[in-house]
Formats: sequence, C-alpha cells, structure tokens
Amino acid sequence: MDFAFVVTSLLKIVGILVVILTMVSYAVYAERRVSAFIQDRLGPNRVGPAGLFQPIADMFKLLLKEDFTPRSANTFYYWLAPCLAVMPAIITIAVVPFGSTLFGVPMVIADVNVGILFVFAIASLGVYGIVIGGWASNSKYPFLGGIRSSAQMLSYELSLGLAVIPVFLLVGNLRLTSVVRYQIEHGWFIAPFVGDWTNPWKWLLAIPMIISFLVFMIAIFAETNRLPFDLPEAEQELAGGYNIEYSSMKFALYFLGEYAAMITGSAVIVTLFLGGWHFPGIPDGSHGWIFGLINIAVFFAKVAALIFIFMWVRWTLPRFRYDQLMRLGWLFFFEIALVNIFLVAAILPYTSRL
Amino acid sequence: MPFTTREIELPDPVTRVAAADAALREPADADIGEKMVLNMGPSHPATHGVLRLILELDGEIITKATPDIGFLHRGDEKIAENMQYNQFVPYTDRLDYLAPLSNNVAYALAVEKLMAWEIPPRGKAIRTICCETSRISSHLMGLGAMALDLGAMTVFLYTFTEREKLYDLFELLTGARFTTSYTRVGGQIRDLPEHFIPQLKKFLDDFGPSLDECDKLLTRNRIFVDRTKDIGVISKERAIAYALSGPNLRGSGIEHDLRHKHPYLDYDNYDFDVVIGSAGDCYDRYLVRIEEMRQSVRILRQVIDKLPGGPINVADWKNMTPPKSRVMTKMEELIHHFIVVTEGLDAPPGEIYFAAENPKGELGFYINSRGGGVPYRLKIRAPSFVNLSILPELLPGCMVSDVPAVLGSLDFVMGECDR
Repeated sequence: MDFAFVVTSLLKIVGILVVILTMVSYAVYAERRVSAFIQDRLGPNRVGPAGLFQPIADMFKLLLKEDFTPRSANTFYYWLAPCLAVMPAIITIAVVPFGSTLFGVPMVIADVNVGILFVFAIASLGVYGIVIGGWASNSKYPFLGGIRSSAQMLSYELSLGLAVIPVFLLVGNLRLTSVVRYQIEHGWFIAPFVGDWTNPWKWLLAIPMIISFLVFMIAIFAETNRLPFDLPEAEQELAGGYNIEYSSMKFALYFLGEYAAMITGSAVIVTLFLGGWHFPGIPDGSHGWIFGLINIAVFFAKVAALIFIFMWVRWTLPRFRYDQLMRLGWLFFFEIALVNIFLVAAILPYTSRL
Repeated sequence: MPFTTREIELPDPVTRVAAADAALREPADADIGEKMVLNMGPSHPATHGVLRLILELDGEIITKATPDIGFLHRGDEKIAENMQYNQFVPYTDRLDYLAPLSNNVAYALAVEKLMAWEIPPRGKAIRTICCETSRISSHLMGLGAMALDLGAMTVFLYTFTEREKLYDLFELLTGARFTTSYTRVGGQIRDLPEHFIPQLKKFLDDFGPSLDECDKLLTRNRIFVDRTKDIGVISKERAIAYALSGPNLRGSGIEHDLRHKHPYLDYDNYDFDVVIGSAGDCYDRYLVRIEEMRQSVRILRQVIDKLPGGPINVADWKNMTPPKSRVMTKMEELIHHFIVVTEGLDAPPGEIYFAAENPKGELGFYINSRGGGVPYRLKIRAPSFVNLSILPELLPGCMVSDVPAVLGSLDFVMGECDR
C-alpha cells in the first residue's frame, strides 16, 4: 500500500464526509422549503439570505438543548442507538462511485468487488438503531415504533435485494464501478433512448429494468423511513415513535441518519439505474480535471433530483398502515421482483451482447 | 391467544368488533402479561385537543378502549345559571370552537323559542349564512385534520388556506375571527357589512376548485382508501342506538338532518340534498363531509340570491334594547335601555328544547325557565360528547394506526364534549 493511495483515500473520506454532512443539513432546509412550496407557504426565510443559514441555527439550537437521559432507560443502548442509526448511512457511500477520475484518482473511496452486497449488509444495520433506540428508551410509544421498524424491514428488504438482481445479471459482476462502466457503454438502464437507441433489444430490456427501478425506489423509501412508510415515526399515531425520549444531539443524530440514508439511497439508485456520474456527451476525467469535476457535479445533481422526488412524495401521500405495508411488500413487490428476474433472464440470451 | 394477525384479515369488520367484544368478556388472568396498556392523550397529536384514550393492546391490535374525558370541563351549564341569557352568548363560542357562529345561532334560536319570537326574514337569511359558512369552515378543519392524522399534511394546509378566507369573512361580519359572539337573543348585533356579500360570492366561486383539489388528493388515493375503508364501521342500528348525529349518523346511511326534518330558520325555502353514506366506515363519513360542503355552497348561493331587505331584529321593544341613536338622545329610551341591560329578558316560565343541525351534529339547548332574565337550568346536548360515546365499541379490533382514522372521521371537538 503506497503512500499516495493512503493520502488520496483519506482526502476522499474527509471530502465525502464533509459533503454528505453539509448535504444532510441542507436537505433538511430543502425539505422545509420544498414542503412550503408544495403547501403554498413560505418556509424558513429569515436566517440569512433566503433562510440559507437556517441549518446552522438549527444545529446550534440542537447542540444547546439539554441532553436528557430518562432514568428508566438502558443507558448503554440508549446512547449507542443514535450512533447505530447514523453510521450505516454514511458508511454505505464508501463503495458508491461519485465521479470518474480526478487527476487520475478514481472517485470512489473503496472500489470493492462485493459492492452491492456491502451496501445491503451495511444499510440494513440502520434499522438496529431504531429498534434498539425504541427498546432502550423503556417507554411504550418508542417500543411500538421499534417493533414496527423491524416488521417493516422484514417486508421491504427482500424486494430490495431481488430488485437489483436484473442489473447484475446484465453487468455480470457486483462492483458498482462496473455497473457505471456498463451503463456508459450501453446506455442507462432505464433510458433506452440514450446511446444506441436503434437496438430493439435494448428497448425490450428497458421494461424489466424500469420495473426493477420502481420496486427498488419504493423499497428505498421504506428503508429510509420516509413518509408513505414512516411507520416507526408516525407522528399522529405514535407521536414520534422511536425518537420520543431522545433530545439534543442524540435526536439530531437520528435526524441526520434519516437524511443521510436518503442521500445514500439516492446515490445507490443513481449508480444502479441512472448511469451514475455519466451524462451523454460529457467525457470522463481522463480528458482533463475539469471534466472530472463536471462528472462529480452531474452525480450530485442526479442525487439532488432524486431527493426532490423523495420530498415531493412525502408531502403528497398519506401513510400506510403497517400490516398493509407488509402485505404490499410480501404479496406484491416480492412477486414482481421475482418474476422480473426471470423476465430479464429470459430476454438476456437473445440480446447477444447488446 | 384470542387476537392473532389472522383476525386482521377477517373480511367483515363488524364480526371483528363482535369477536373483540366477546374476547373482552373472557377472564383476563389467562393472558396476564400479554397485553400492554397504552395511554393515548390527553396530549397526543391525534386526539384533537384533550381526549384521553386508555388502550389495551395485544401487539398493535386494540382489545379495549376507554375514553377519558373532562380535561376541558369549565362548567358552562352551571355558569349559564348565573347570568342573563345574552351574557351567555360568548360562552357558546367556546363550545364547538371550530364553528362558533352556528353555536351562537343555535343558542339564540333556543332562547327565542322560549320567548316565542320569530325573527324577521333578513335576520333569518343572515343566520343561515352564518350557519352554512361555519359548516364549511368546520368541515374543512375536520377533513384537513383527518388527512393530517393519516399523514397527508399538505391537504391539511390546503384546507387551512380556505378556512383562513372564511375567517376573513367572519372578521368582516362580526369583528372577530374566532370567538364571534355575533347573535343576540332576538337578532344580531349588526347587519351585514357593505362588502360582505360580494366577498362571500367571490369565496364561493373560488371554493369549488380548491375543494376539488383536496378531493383529488384523497378520494381516489389508494393509500387513503386503504386506511379508511372498512375501518370504524358503525351500522345503522348502532348509530341510532348510540344517538349519533350529524355527518357521523348520515355516514351510516340514515337520512336524518334537522334542517330537513324540523326546518328552522328558513331552511325549507332552500333546495339542498341530505347527503348519506352507505357502509358507515371512516371513508363514508369523509365523503359525507366533502359533499355537505358542496351542499352548503349551494344553500349559500340561494340565500344570496333571495336575500331580503328589512329589519334584522325582533321588534319586541319590551325586551330588546332600543336603537343606540335614540338611547343617546331620548330620556325614555335611556331608562329602558338601562332596565333591559340590568334585568335581562322577561322570559316566561317553562321548559323548551331546541336543537340545530350543527357541523358536528345535533347541538341542543334545553332551557328550564322559572321566569326572569336568568335560566333556572340550561342543559347543552353536545354532539361531540354523544358521538364519542361509541368509541369503546368502535375501537376494539382496530389497530393503533386506525385510531387516528377513526378519531379524525368522528370529527369531535373537546371544547364541546367537556363544556
């Protein structure tokens, strides 16, 4: 392991951490502005120009709040849970390629050959933060929230896993950089008009890919506890659910975790289905550092667009009941994802390396 | 274990409720330690104020629900015994504080029934406007809160925007947005202001499209339908047995509307439909409210078209205060004003009951008078109180997530329930 590798990796880690944390705080701001826009309100616009310093004010507010630990709580797990909620979301981003190359350095922290497995393995740990937090608070509403969270995880995780299999049937390996590389060569999975659009097989293949994309996207909604599936929180039923007993920075960590999960979730969707950092007509970083930067910008622009969709959905739809979510997961998305795999497998032999 | 997830899938919710009820009568010691008692409220986002529900849970399924009310009790009925009839008007604002105008009207009509007064046509028309605008405002709130409880916050803010426009109208009419205290026994405090009717017309024109928007966001929304259909089913028999009223009764398919059955004011002159549901579930109650708002718009348009001129108050000068201009200039009128204000009405002895079709249901006032300006006893039949009485029967068998749907669809106000 040479010195340059260690330095660039450290730089990338620090860089991505700073970017993600900033994005989280501004995602909260964006959420409030977007919801205000959808609901004919103004939203936060007092602190700084157009309210842009609101996240900083929020951060200070949360830092200065009393950090209260209920006497009946199990202190160790009570303190551990918020960390468990936030860590997986941030770790996941390590394997996601967020750009091509910059000065010859690949813009991915760890290009491991089990990419997507790593994503699933780490991302599903996030639910422990909620379950343990709900249990350790030793209070009834958080407890119900925790229980709901585990039930929810069981119902979407399976379709989440099955929905990506078609992608890897096509690509042939689990490395996320290969997925991007494949999409650059053959066009984005859900956009057959990009690249070689005269190939009819590509259009045929796009149908199962779009189904895959939709199932995966909905499962990611559930994974991030966003509104149609925010059952563990369910403000009107459980009055906040798993995070009732938390205050100050511990509460902020849960908040951070939710938004970080949303960002990494969007990043994974972008990588798997929307061509990662690729945009038609823009060359990769080997043609000059400026293109390397543009590639990174394209990636984050796509992530931001997806985050907007996340927010749009949140402020439009009511919430599922948890038995309905389980039924949806097990009886609907699971079957669709399964049939979809066979569909792709059936099409694939005829495509003759498209 | 009597409650398993299998029971969630029983096709008929009525059987579910019956099964839950039967299970409650089993000895409890068989599953001690299995059930969790959850205290929902009095400060909980879904309980619309200060309702407290003690829920006994098996997993997330409710096996027993005990409502605990009275956190907002102010003793309004006792207070009424110690003041003149007109002094009680502001207290009626605070009954169903989401529709203060129609409470004012109902109370004034009740006392007028005792006095055997009939107010002039213009007064009636103004009161009809009050009732129907506050019906729209109350239903908007009920609808929005129900959507909010199910997670659709945007609808709530859309309905709030519309309600805000109505509050501007109330402000124009009465000088207050929330606690209107508009009516007096025998009439109103003032006539319609100059710009009121044009503004009301403008509101009615804009309101239709906005309501359609909320309608589109919810009525055919699969998640919303899943959350409300077959939840909290009240059969016709149970609805009558529990003396439900208002949209909750009509949602169960019973065509009973006091505006239709016992027309007061001049409701028999206007053309409107009594909206009824079929299944009596949360979804039906929601639909009834949406359609009732459209009917209210219809009534309001007719009232505006037929709006008569003339006086707005009863001309019983023994009991009414004389016009202010004359009080200030004539000695006799000043003395008379003084007598009426200090002694109150000269009400005859007797008892009456008057009920009006309020947004929440039948708001009734029973007045027992022994003569003089103060009631001997005033009893308020609060629709929210009566409607809530069905909760212990309605909730068992539901899940915790259904509680907001059921509560939202019953659309109660604790200020009226606890009074």
